[in-house]
Amino acid sequence: MSPRIKVLRKVSNPPVIKGFKPYGQESGKKNSEIVNLLYEEYEAIRLSDYDMLNHHQASVMMGVSRPTFTRIYASALHKTAKAFVEGKQISIEGGKVYFDSEWYHCEKCVCYFNNPEKEKPVENCPLCNSERVDKFDYENTVESNTDTKHK
Amino acid sequence: MKVAITSTGNSLESTIDPRFGQCAYFFIYDIQNKAMEFIPNPNIDADQGAGPATVQFFASRNINKIISGEFGMKIKSLLDCLRIQMIVLKNPEKKIKEIIDMLNH
Repeated sequence: MSPRIKVLRKVSNPPVIKGFKPYGQESGKKNSEIVNLLYEEYEAIRLSDYDMLNHHQASVMMGVSRPTFTRIYASALHKTAKAFVEGKQISIEGGKVYFDSEWYHCEKCVCYFNNPEKEKPVENCPLCNSERVDKFDYENTVESNTDTKHK
Repeated sequence: MKVAITSTGNSLESTIDPRFGQCAYFFIYDIQNKAMEFIPNPNIDADQGAGPATVQFFASRNINKIISGEFGMKIKSLLDCLRIQMIVLKNPEKKIKEIIDMLNH
């Protein structure tokens, strides 16, 4: 029997770099094997240790259950620790993920938009410059998208 | 700052095209120097891959924002990676002219 299909994990911030290389005399000498950190594992470390969320909040952000998140996180830590101790390269790629950013809604011109520059907070609508913008509930967007597809 | 709008025709009176990959025309507007350009969609007859091809086209022209009626799941992830802003306008009656006025506030 084939294993159960994995749920797609949501990654809100794709990593800015493709990986890490060790330096020093012993780096990459023993074996040039690369540790492959999956996107979901990168995201787990980002949410949990960079954004300081607890596992429950982080699991909601990624759209998986809390135990699954903890498993992804444990695997991420194991891989990074392996790379640190053995002096191996880390490449961040692959994984069962999809990228999605947070959506905002403008009340004046009734449009939806996302914010690709995550560092800057959204204050004005990119279309009409109105200040009446609010964060859009992600779950509802998904539902409305699937609704229009069925029609 | 360059904005791309999916359009149903090649005049300012045309309305916004709710489809992203299969729209009739792309309208490219430069907010700084007010330059406008209509480009016929080269991928209009493509059965598959019209969306990603369109994204590639926009990326090659350094577009910062895209205004359309809907973005598919594949397109969303691509544009997220390229850091292009998506604006979803669920009003098919909106004319290109009106959108330009809105962009100029």
